[in-house]
Amino acid sequence: MGKQATRVMVNGKSYARVVDARLTLADFLRHELNLTGTHLGCEHGVCGACTVLVDGRTARSCLMFAVQANGCAVTTVEGLAPDGQLSVLQQAFIDNHGLQCGFCTPGMLMTLTELLGDTPEPSEQDVREALTGNLCRCTGYAGIVAAALDAAQRLRGTVAKPGSP
Amino acid sequence: MGAKHFGARVTRLEDPALLAGRGRFVDDVKLPGLLHACFVRSPHAHAKLRGCDARAALIMPGVHAVMTADDLPEPMRDTPLPLLLPNPALNVPRTQTALARGEVCYVGQAVAVVVADTRYIAEDAAAALVVHYEVLPAVADCRAAAEDGGPGAHSDLTTNVASTFSLAYGDTDAAFADAAHVFREELWQHRGGGMAIETRAVLAHHEPVSDLLTVWSGTQTPHIGRRMLADLIGRDLQSIRVIAPDVGGGFGPKAIFYPEEAVIPAAALKLGRPVKWIEDRREHFLCATQERDQYWDVAIAVDGEAKILGVRGRMLHDTGAYVPWGIVMPYIAASTVPGPYVVPSYRLETVVVLTNKVPTTPVRGAGRPQAVFAMERLIDRVARELKIDRTEVRRRNLIQPEQMPYEVGLMFRDGKPLVYDSGDYPRGQDKALALAGYDDFRERQEAALEQGRFIGIGLANYVEGTGLGPFEGVTVRVLPSGKVAVATGATSQGQGTRTTLSQIVAEEVGCRLDDVVMTVGDTAAISQGIGAFASRQAVNAGSSAHVAGQAVRQQLIALAARALGVQETDIDLEDGVATAQRGNKPSIAFGDLARLAQGIPGVSLPAGQSAGIEHTAYYTPTQAAYCSGTHVAEVQVDAMTGGVKVLRYTVAHDSGRVINPLIVDGQVQGGVAHGIGNALLEWMQYDANAQPLTTSFADYMLPMATDVPTCAIAHVETVNPLNPLGVKGAGEGGTIPAPAAIVAAVEDALSPFGVRFAEMPLTPERIVATLRAAGAYDRLFAG
Repeated sequence: MGKQATRVMVNGKSYARVVDARLTLADFLRHELNLTGTHLGCEHGVCGACTVLVDGRTARSCLMFAVQANGCAVTTVEGLAPDGQLSVLQQAFIDNHGLQCGFCTPGMLMTLTELLGDTPEPSEQDVREALTGNLCRCTGYAGIVAAALDAAQRLRGTVAKPGSP
Repeated sequence: MGAKHFGARVTRLEDPALLAGRGRFVDDVKLPGLLHACFVRSPHAHAKLRGCDARAALIMPGVHAVMTADDLPEPMRDTPLPLLLPNPALNVPRTQTALARGEVCYVGQAVAVVVADTRYIAEDAAAALVVHYEVLPAVADCRAAAEDGGPGAHSDLTTNVASTFSLAYGDTDAAFADAAHVFREELWQHRGGGMAIETRAVLAHHEPVSDLLTVWSGTQTPHIGRRMLADLIGRDLQSIRVIAPDVGGGFGPKAIFYPEEAVIPAAALKLGRPVKWIEDRREHFLCATQERDQYWDVAIAVDGEAKILGVRGRMLHDTGAYVPWGIVMPYIAASTVPGPYVVPSYRLETVVVLTNKVPTTPVRGAGRPQAVFAMERLIDRVARELKIDRTEVRRRNLIQPEQMPYEVGLMFRDGKPLVYDSGDYPRGQDKALALAGYDDFRERQEAALEQGRFIGIGLANYVEGTGLGPFEGVTVRVLPSGKVAVATGATSQGQGTRTTLSQIVAEEVGCRLDDVVMTVGDTAAISQGIGAFASRQAVNAGSSAHVAGQAVRQQLIALAARALGVQETDIDLEDGVATAQRGNKPSIAFGDLARLAQGIPGVSLPAGQSAGIEHTAYYTPTQAAYCSGTHVAEVQVDAMTGGVKVLRYTVAHDSGRVINPLIVDGQVQGGVAHGIGNALLEWMQYDANAQPLTTSFADYMLPMATDVPTCAIAHVETVNPLNPLGVKGAGEGGTIPAPAAIVAAVEDALSPFGVRFAEMPLTPERIVATLRAAGAYDRLFAG
């Protein structure tokens, strides 16, 4: 099996590895770098659980080879709270019951991180449309949508961040 | 009970780790020397196995083993997997062997397993394995299969009918003979899956020094799985530990014990290395159990005032190739039909049919969505024919609160008479209708129609037997650190079990929520356990947490009174400290009491004191806890495309006393999403040879964020008198009536064309075809 050298910046840290050319980015993150927060739910690019940011844009890490990320900066869910302090969006997920089993959650967070960066004042419809690339079987999406709108408001500073529950 | 923790909208203890990417699912477990497995599965729905050539696979670098049934240990090699729920009415109690022997009976049945250094290599080698099949005729349609003379789903069986049974009470013949009106409906509900976003997963590791076999499994039922594995592998229970770590959704299919849960441990034992198997999504479509798949032919008899006199009919249940959970699902369906209504007579003949498809076992709702669909479609029919509002027909027939406890006249699947313990069904319906704006809907509908929009409203009621036994246990133990350790056989696939049980224990014991250290889903933590299904954990484990917490509270008080030299009645427990409510209020922390409770080596304990501060309770419910509810769906239908948009969805739900409204509302909302999928999107399709046609999320559609509105939810809290917390289950009620309500709403939206629907899922194709057959497009284009 062909091997290839690849260098990827993940969550601000540079990694150089020689990997199988066919190794997916998801498996690279999960099993080479032990960043197991990125999950695999379908491995055919529909469920969105494996969503990460590649150079700031969302990407399905199950549909990308690790070598395709050569020279790129990748952000995973572990990169959202690097110092252990949950991000505003993560805290909003807690406050609005935006997760149940938590398996789809990392992908949801990455998609919404991109949305809130692009669209600081999203409508409910904006949020729902952004989330059509991420499946959740537990929540019925209500808590996720509420969390996204809540986080957007908190990030705009229009509502004081409530104290930790 | 106070309200500090119990009943409060407490955010979940599970969340921070899951949000930070620090969850621990099976595939996140790393062990030195780990090998990876891939299964070789039958591409045929029915075939004889005529040998297997593994030579090409075995010479591939990195391949460690190829195992077929002959390579499995005794007695697993040729013993069918245990039948979990035997029933005298089950004539063909057939389950599959861990790896197929002689014959395969559905596409995806496991024939061999390949173990290799990586999953990539294991998949390469699996593709290189040559299995010889002699293809047999496949049974795809349960209606044909139920007739004599066709091909058998198993070549050695002379019938495909696994079971026939009748559930009945009252005199239906007389009721139908005397009725002013009789209406009959033929209904169909097709298959769907659980479709948890985390697929199934098994990792097994044998540690030779302790001779302990540890199995991490994405299961809802680790204790049951351990028992089954012990039987199949010939080991004692205490030499096996099954851990269900974080599990990414369950919804029923993960309650089953699967072949992979036996084969992977066998492979790990054989190779002396840890072995992991992670199901891929295609395998989940092929091999994880599914549900619904019933044909109903039912009739209702009513008097001139639309009062129900009787319901009777026949139901055909496609159970697939095997019956791992017996006939529990068609049985639940058959006993759910009368629901919240006074039905004086009832008879349903049920025929359970084997086909060459993956077995059906409970998926969220477990037979009830089908039964509710049947009953509610019949009632809508009565309303239409007699020109009485649908809500009024229901109102006239609902069981009244003063009739509680209400004996239906059937036996439920818990082996006890079907007796509703409590409930206020009329109040539930009224609350839902008010919240849904039912009274002014016709004005909205007319206004919409003037704009060329077809909107409709539908409602459905249900009663659900939840909280089934036999038991669930909870151990509460105060640690020398002052923390309160809680262990339970209950499991969590997202239901917030940890949070809910912590609330109950903290309330009883008098500690902080953060001080509860919980172990769920680990057979090493508590000796007996059952697991998650039948919306049973709040009732069973919740009650055990309450009882064990009370016992520990009493132990803490007795110890503290002795330590502080005061009366027990003087002791107050709060935030992990026992304080005497007199004098200068001396206090002692729980951790110090835990040390005192260890005694002094060699010195007798004071009279009445037991070892440590701990108690284990196994609550055993006397019968099911019956929750109930009303759903109202408002939809808009695009007549040109057949697309349905759920505009508004309202739920009034009675799950008894609510432990945590945040979590209960989340369960309801999630359940409704599943119901919307069942009603409009999800359809596991097979061709005439029982080949699955929908094996990816591109073919089988799950509801997306744009398909599911945020529900308006009202709680009707009638206290369950049968358990100490007064609770009922909440996990499945969101799903059960949703298809009935939504299909009714679609029909209502299209009422200008007079079309009728009697099936779920109601796909755009079906809607367009029905409209076309009704001449709707001629009228639309003419208009």
